[in-house]
Amino acid sequence: MIEVKDVHKTFGENHVLRGISAQFHPGKNNLIIGGSGSGKTTLLKCIVGLHEPTKGEIFYNGENFTTMNFEERVPIRKEIGMLFQNSALFDSMTVEENIMFPLNLFTDQTRAEKLDRANFCLERVNLKGKNKLFPSELSGGMKKRVGIARAISMQPKYLFVDEPNSGLDPKTSILIDELIAELTEEYQITTVVVTHDMNSVMGIGDHIIFLHNGQKWWEGSNKEIAHTDNQELNDFVFASKFMQAAKEKL
Amino acid sequence: MFHSFGRYLLLLKLSFKKPEKFSVYWAEVMREMVSVGIGSLGIICIISVFIGAVAVIQVAFQLSSPLVPKSIAGSIARDSTILEFSPTISALVLAGRVGSSIASQIGTMRVTEQIDALEIMGVNAPGYLISPKVIAGLLMFPMLNIVSILLGLLGGYVACAASNDIPTSQYIYGLRDAFNSITLQTSIVKSIVFGFIITSVCAYQGFYTSGGALEVGQSATKGVVYSCIAVLFADLVITRMLL
Repeated sequence: MIEVKDVHKTFGENHVLRGISAQFHPGKNNLIIGGSGSGKTTLLKCIVGLHEPTKGEIFYNGENFTTMNFEERVPIRKEIGMLFQNSALFDSMTVEENIMFPLNLFTDQTRAEKLDRANFCLERVNLKGKNKLFPSELSGGMKKRVGIARAISMQPKYLFVDEPNSGLDPKTSILIDELIAELTEEYQITTVVVTHDMNSVMGIGDHIIFLHNGQKWWEGSNKEIAHTDNQELNDFVFASKFMQAAKEKL
Repeated sequence: MFHSFGRYLLLLKLSFKKPEKFSVYWAEVMREMVSVGIGSLGIICIISVFIGAVAVIQVAFQLSSPLVPKSIAGSIARDSTILEFSPTISALVLAGRVGSSIASQIGTMRVTEQIDALEIMGVNAPGYLISPKVIAGLLMFPMLNIVSILLGLLGGYVACAASNDIPTSQYIYGLRDAFNSITLQTSIVKSIVFGFIITSVCAYQGFYTSGGALEVGQSATKGVVYSCIAVLFADLVITRMLL
């Protein structure tokens, strides 16, 4: 479990996060949603250690991550997989080499074992046989799936996903969402997804945190979100005509 | 300026921490050595031959007195090539070729979140990205310098053979006359220091890039400019100390 306690983050005069506390449980798709500039990605980067919180603490299974130095964080980081908004695949490496990269650095497996694991991960994301392609030869959806394959190659306990649907068509977005949900349930991973895609919210949002002006404004599940009387959340969720129409049918 | 210098030193300290796995880093060092060394051989060969030839022609033009032995042109060209033309001019050219490539490569990795991906995996990103490039620079710049010296002297020979100003026998006599090995030692020291400066300064500029494609270009430009200035300053200091 990941626990965030009273996290603040400022960049100069800009107070981006204003005392956020939350818990993210294993085996659940934890979604962080909110409008642009609400602090979603900043919160995610604080949780994974790419940003240091100005104030507050982050715990991984009870261990205080914020007070650890780089070396102390390495064992936890080996249990983290992350899919970036732009996939962040290593350009100079093939798909296979991207997936094998953490295995090369952190395991003593033989090349055959690493190759088996890479093939398994590729098969899991429906990209069997794409081993020798370079990231520049992949479509946006394929890059995301390779990113997921790389993220699960070390069998992570925690999976972080930043805007998994950005730049993807609706069909591919749903495929990516389903893949994330399947992996979360299958391996009982603590998954944290940052998104503002309402299809994802309604499709896989087991546990949702809504951020507004750097604060936690609402918390609940996708079943509860349609019936909330929280004005800011309603404005966000039902901003599109499609969602308004869907609400009227509810 | 002091803030940047402090950050540069801290980055270097991080870059030379114990690697996660030696074999992976070793493979990276080999790859960078090929990129820096073999990749730069063509441009070094071309500029060295021409600089050597021009140096001999200019010395011959300036020492046209019948009281000065013609072999002196070979001696002057040799010392100029060994001490200055090969290490310094090669370094300035390599700053443009190798330095800009390092800064833009690392800068692109920064803005496309590839460095964040490394850090999240628990990889020491400065160590993985910067140390192999610096080690490759330290090893390959002296080798390129030796190649440059040999080709510069060969260029001088070709210039003598192509004109009748200095007989080739006089030129070769001049090359061998009163050779002091301290010039070669100084040249090697210079190339090692220049290799370190160019790779580390450009890697620093790339590593702290923020923004997008425009900033990557700016980082590459800054890396080349700052490393060229640092090379010239180091040239002065080393020359003063060793000669």
